[in-house]
Parts: sequence; structure tokens; C-alpha cells
Amino acid sequence: MKSYDIVIVGGGPAGLAAAVSARESGIESILILERDNELGGILNQCIHNGFGLHTFKEELTGPEYAYRFIEKVYELGIEYKLHTMVMDISHDKIVTAMNRTDGMFQIQAGAVILAMGCRERPRGALNIPGYRPAGIYSAGTAQRLVNIEGYMPGHEVVILGSGDIGLIMARRMTLEGATVKVVAELMPYSGGLKRNIVQCLDDFGIPLKLSHTVVDIEGRERVKAVTIARVENGKPVPGTEERYTCDTLLLSCGLIPENELSRSAGVEMSPITNGPVVNESLETNIPGVFACGNVLHVHDLVDYVSEEARKAGANAARYIKDGCKDAEAGQVIEIAATDGARYTVPSTINLDRMEDLLTVRFRVGAVYQNAFVSVYFDDERVQHRKKKIMAPGEMEQVILQKKKLAEHDGLKKITIKIEAE
Amino acid sequence: MLYDVIIIGAGVTGSAVARELSRYKLNVCVLEKYEDVCCGTSKANSAIVHAGFDAAEGSLMAKMNVRGNVMMGDLARDLDIPFKRNGALVVCIHEEAKDGLQELYDRGIANGVKELRILNREECLEMEPNLSDNVVAALYAPTSGIICPFELNIAMAENAAMNGVDFFFNTEVEELHRDGEIWKLRTNNGEYKTRYVVNAAGLYADYFHNMVSAKKIHITPRRGDYCLLDKEVGGHVSCTIFPQPTKLGKGVLVSPTIHGNLIVGPTAVDIENKEGVNTTAAGIADLIAKANDHVRNLPIRKVITSFAGLRAHEDHHEFILGEVEDAPHFIDCAGIESPGLTSSPAIGEYIGGLMKDLMGLEEKEDWIATRKGVLHPGDLSLEERNELIKKNPAYGNIICRCEYVTEGEILDAIHRPLGARSLDGIKRRTRAGMGRCQAGFCTPRSMEILNRELGIPYEKLTKLGGRSTLLTGKSKEVEKE
Repeated sequence: MKSYDIVIVGGGPAGLAAAVSARESGIESILILERDNELGGILNQCIHNGFGLHTFKEELTGPEYAYRFIEKVYELGIEYKLHTMVMDISHDKIVTAMNRTDGMFQIQAGAVILAMGCRERPRGALNIPGYRPAGIYSAGTAQRLVNIEGYMPGHEVVILGSGDIGLIMARRMTLEGATVKVVAELMPYSGGLKRNIVQCLDDFGIPLKLSHTVVDIEGRERVKAVTIARVENGKPVPGTEERYTCDTLLLSCGLIPENELSRSAGVEMSPITNGPVVNESLETNIPGVFACGNVLHVHDLVDYVSEEARKAGANAARYIKDGCKDAEAGQVIEIAATDGARYTVPSTINLDRMEDLLTVRFRVGAVYQNAFVSVYFDDERVQHRKKKIMAPGEMEQVILQKKKLAEHDGLKKITIKIEAE
Repeated sequence: MLYDVIIIGAGVTGSAVARELSRYKLNVCVLEKYEDVCCGTSKANSAIVHAGFDAAEGSLMAKMNVRGNVMMGDLARDLDIPFKRNGALVVCIHEEAKDGLQELYDRGIANGVKELRILNREECLEMEPNLSDNVVAALYAPTSGIICPFELNIAMAENAAMNGVDFFFNTEVEELHRDGEIWKLRTNNGEYKTRYVVNAAGLYADYFHNMVSAKKIHITPRRGDYCLLDKEVGGHVSCTIFPQPTKLGKGVLVSPTIHGNLIVGPTAVDIENKEGVNTTAAGIADLIAKANDHVRNLPIRKVITSFAGLRAHEDHHEFILGEVEDAPHFIDCAGIESPGLTSSPAIGEYIGGLMKDLMGLEEKEDWIATRKGVLHPGDLSLEERNELIKKNPAYGNIICRCEYVTEGEILDAIHRPLGARSLDGIKRRTRAGMGRCQAGFCTPRSMEILNRELGIPYEKLTKLGGRSTLLTGKSKEVEKE
């Protein structure tokens, strides 16, 4: 069996940044396994701009952003295999993969970095009633068809869900000559970034109907019409139905981290993020198995994916160099999310292994105006920061200083809360 | 050309009859209005091989059900169809309804169902820990099974085709009449002539029957909504869990599927529209509520798709099989609703036997009784799998990430007899697109393969034939080039 120090599952933005960082941290033996026919992951179909403002201080398209990292992978001579599907990861880090030329093969990894990304929630999982004709696509599938394959999935479009890909596709389809009639969002707030609502809907006069959902799909062969209705307390309100004739329904109703491999490896999962539970090193409950990017928790900005993945890469490198230091050795501090904060990544901190500054990312469960993000060390409030607006569609963060944690004697639990005052 | 027999409909019944008739020295063809086999009632049902205790004693329905159940083991082996006898429990949750179980048991025994037993509460819960706490007793039928309904239909049709039966798709019979000794069938693709007609038109069987007979029959589309749950929860129950039956049918069941999902359904709503396969919010809410009566902690949040099927319910709730009295050489297979899937091999055998006598048929010497399904590399050992990939690298290329379907399997599905020509055709033959992402990932890949292998232009590719085109044109940049 071949062996590598670090095997990275996925060659999208997370996998690429992790690989570059691990190499820069001194690890020679690295292998990226990518199931698609090129590196870059979903960025390859994101041909709009707006990527890289944080990382490169300039606006790049998705493929351009990806190429910055792909170039590095080439320069550093990091090994990768394309068209290669990872079929299994075992608890002791044997990675089974398959492609056309090598067949099915196994690799013993010293460390594994999970960077499989996420997938879109399909129509079926939403239990939308009606017919099941052609013309119903998840927004990302439509994006691939338009931007990579060069085909239009339809001319008259209704979009359910206001996730970022749906918003981007509303603009994209409009620019391609289609008519986007309405974007319906089940929740009373959008799931996407504010800037995308402005630039992709408002600028094109596309209505966004909050607290609305699809209650019927017509057309046995191809979509003919879609009916939406207002929703109160999670239920459509009779009499509020509006019927839109259309040939296409796009769905942008949430992303699901793709953790089938993680689960079968025995990685502990968070029911909130649907991603692995990780410590300050982005390491899962299996020592030497790290996670980063959308497989860990769904991000809004690729810049944060890259930043997170760089950390995972560096930590995996340290794990290889220092050997399997027990994660439990040293003081372990739990991070809890309560009162409007839904989860945190990471969810524990080993003080000994913590860097000087640690970014803790989280999401809120509702829209908050002029509320405070508070951090408690046990019962003592140590941070209290006012935010004009917080919404579930935008990831939040707090930064913890190792020095402060160390000063707080016997610190057991850090709590992040949203407080009115 | 004059056919000896024309079968209307390539559903599970028509295909079973076609297979049985392919044993004989006969010119047989099947006319199907959709683009593929298994496009109507046969594709959207519970996929259960029923034991046979439901149908009325002495009915054709009971006879065909029990015989079909017995036949299914050998047939599945001969035609390489996934099938398992997982057993069924009819669960009683009201003490006062216990007599109903005894009634079912007695009927089952009278129908010739083997190995039936009535279990007490403790036995039930030991067997199925996720049964409702209200369970009082249950009827246990170990011979009940689960099958892939697509494969059963496809396999019988393929086998018939291998043995010389012609299949004409996208060919809708519009009118038929008898001209002397010949039946003439007008279709959208011209006229077909035959000596005998087998009416296996499912929901439309009454339409054709009534065209030739003064004794009218009437078929009501009875819609059933279903939810299909993720494989992660496919083991929630191991048997097929039924409530006690009512007038409208066997009720909402909860069952593992042969491929490891969990299926919940169906509802039973009589409608007018014979194409009305839309699910409804009320239907789905109803089936979830009903399933929860008998199974606890039903993980309904793990739903990956919902769908509706239509049962071809004849007013007398009985199979109508045989030559129509006032229409010589016109053979009905009408009113084939549940347990139609289970009964299909028996119906094929019955109609085959009947026509053998009627027409004085002679068996072929070279009839092929077996068929190999699409090869699933996942069933092979690592060595065998690598040998296969070496010979055909397409088996190393995963197209459907959720169900791990390779390009090799999709090529097999396209290029075999009666091969796939649409996304749903691929899906039903390989499971590509059947998993938890519901074809989000594999759709563009499968489209590319269909385009490459069959030369169908992208704009003409369909989900399920007809006007179900997937794309409406090229994007602006591509158009300019």
C-alpha cells in the first residue's frame, strides 16, 4: 500500500489552500484527491466577480481566485489526482479511492484533511408538492449548465430560496436573456448575503418575496407553472396563492456538507452544522483527521474558507512532524453557543495548542438589529460588541486571545451569546 | 406486417405477458406510448411482493398474488433482479380490532399463503423495536418481499426482446377495430395489424376494452403519495409494516426498499385525471400522520424525495383477465392494481397458457430463459473490480456520487436491449440520480453521456421522453461562436 503524510480529500478552495499551507509548513508527501476533471471545485463555475476581497484585496472571478491557489500547487509540485473518487476513509486513515487508470486503490495516510465541500438540498428533501417534470434544478446545477456546459435550463424562471447561488443565478439567467419572475423565500429573511440581494435582485428589478414558499408545481413533462403562497408559522396561508407560468424552477434552499465519508470513518458530527465537531486545530475526534471549508460548516465567503483551510493544513503538518500528541493532554476549554448563536467552529480549545489569536466563527439563528455579541469566560463577560445588523445568512466571528484565556484561572467554558444590551 | 399478437402497454403486466409469449413461435410486438418501459403505474408503487392474504378468497386477484409470490424467487434469480423476502407485519393497535387479524390470517390460509403466524405484542416488539408502543398484535407473513419494481419490469421486457418480441415506443394507440379476422390499431406512428390484441394498458385498459365491448368496465385512477427516505435510516424497520387494511386498500406502509432506503406510503385518493401523478401537501401530511400510528420515531426529516403513483382501480376491485366475451381475440389484462406488481409473473403465465390453448402455440427450441442485469461493480471483490476497470476504464469513473454508479454501468444501461434514452431511463436502470442529492451532481454528466453515445443533441435530451426536454437552448456566448 502506498503511503502519504497528508491526503487531502477534495481539490476545491479548501483542499488547495490546505495543501499549499501544509507544504509551506514543511511536509513533502502530500496528495490531493479530486473527483472532478480539474482542480478548483465549485469556483470553476462561479464566473461572477467578488471573490478575494479579503485575501488578495482585489475582486476576482471564481476561476481566477481558484487559479491563484492552483498555480501555487503547480509551483510547489504538490501531487494530485483528478477524476478520482474517494470511496472510503477508514478510522485508521486508510483512504480507498478509484479512477479510470489506477482502478481501485488504497493509501495509508499519516493525516487526512477532509475538504469535500457541500451539496445543495434537493427538491425531494423539501417535500414540495406537485408534479416532477423536467425543468426543476438546484441553482448550482443550473449554474454548471449555463457557465460550464453553455446551455440554458430555461427561459422563464421562478426561484425558491434566497441562498447566494440562487441570487447569483437570478442575475446570471437574466443576463442570458431569461426572465426571472420571482424569488420566494420561506424564511422572513434571506439566506444570502445582503450585497447579493442588492446586486442580483434589486438592480434587475426581481422581486424577493419573504415568508413565501412553493405549494404546487404544474406540468407532467416540463414545468408549466409554479404556485407560491405566503407562509405563517411554517404553514402556507390559504388564499395567498399566486400562480406564475414558467418553464423552470430553481432551488436555492440550503447547502449540506458532504460528510458521508466522514461519518463512515467514525468522525463525530454536529447536528447543527452537519459538519464534523472540531477543536482549535480543526481536528476531528479522530486524531490526525482534520476538516475545513464547506464540509466543516457552510461558508458565505471563499476567503474565509481559504483562511480556515490554511490553518487545517498547517495543523496537519504539525501533527505529522510532532507525532500524535494527545489532543486531550492539556487544558481543554469548551465553547458553547447560546441565546441566538447557533453553533461555533471550533467547539473546543486545547490551550496548549492554541495559537496567539483564534478566530471562532458562528452563525445567528434570526435577524438581530443593534444587538451585542457577547463572550463569557465561565460566568464573566469579557467581550461585548455592538453589531448594527446580524442575519443567519452572514457568518459572524469573535477573536480570542490565548493570553486572555491563560490569565483566566481554571477556565472551563467559553460562551458566545447574542444579547439585546 | 401482420403480427400474431400486439400487446398494448409495456408496463409490468404487458412485459410479463410479452415474456411468456416469447416462448412460442409467434410474431409479437408491444406498443408503448411513453419512451420507455415502466413509465406508468409500474414505476410508482410500494415495490412490495405481497404474501397474498388481502385479496378475497377465490378471486383471480388472490390466485395471481399467491402464485406471483411463489414464482418471484426463481424469476428474480433467472432475470437477475434484486429481491428479498423480508417479511411483512400487519400491525393491530386497537385491542378491539384484533379479530381483524384473525380474519386476515384465515383468508391468507384459504388463499394458500404459507407460514402465516399471529404474533403477540412482545413478539412484535422483539422483531421490530420501532413499532408503535400501541401495538397489540400482528399478522406475520414471512413470504412477503421487497423488489426493485423497475428492474422487474425492465428485465421481463428485455428478456422478451432478446427472444424476438418487438417493442415500439412513443407509439400511442388511438383507435382499434376488428376488420374480418384482423385487428387494426391506429397509432400516432401509423397502423399496426394483428390477429390478437392483449390489452395491458393499465389506467387506460377501460378505454380500449370499452372500444371493443358492449360490456363496459370502469377504471378509476387511485392516487397514492409516497415519501422515500435516505439510506441512512433504511434500517428503521426490517419487515414491511402494514396497518390493518380498509376498504380503500392496504393502507400506509413503512418498509425498507430492496436498495436500502425506507419507503412510506401510499395514500389512497380517487381522482379523475389518468395522468395526475402530482403529490399534494395534504397527501404527504396524511401519510406521515398515518405512518406514525404504527411506527415510532419515523425519521421523516430524512426524506429525499416524494412521488405519487396511480393504481388502476376497477370498480369491482378484481383483475379482469381473459378473452373479452363479445370481442374475439381481444384479451384483457385490466384492473391491475395492487397486488399487480406481485401478480405480474403469474398474469404472464396465465395469459400465456390461455393463448397457447387459444392459438395452439408451439414452443421455440431456442428460448432464452435468463437475462443478466446491469453489472454492479460494487458487488465485486477489489481484485475483480480492478480487473474490470483494466478491461473497461469506464467502470473506474463514478458518475453518481450518492449511489456510486460508474460510467460503465450507464453505458451498459444505454447499450443493452431496450436501452435507456433519457435521464429517468438511466436512473431506473442504474440508480444514477436516485440518491440523496437527487441528480443534482450527475445530471450534466449523464446528459453528456447520452449526447455522446446516442447522438441526441443537448437541446433534445429529456428527463422522461416526450416534451420533457431538459434544456431550452444554448447560452449567449455559445450561440455566438
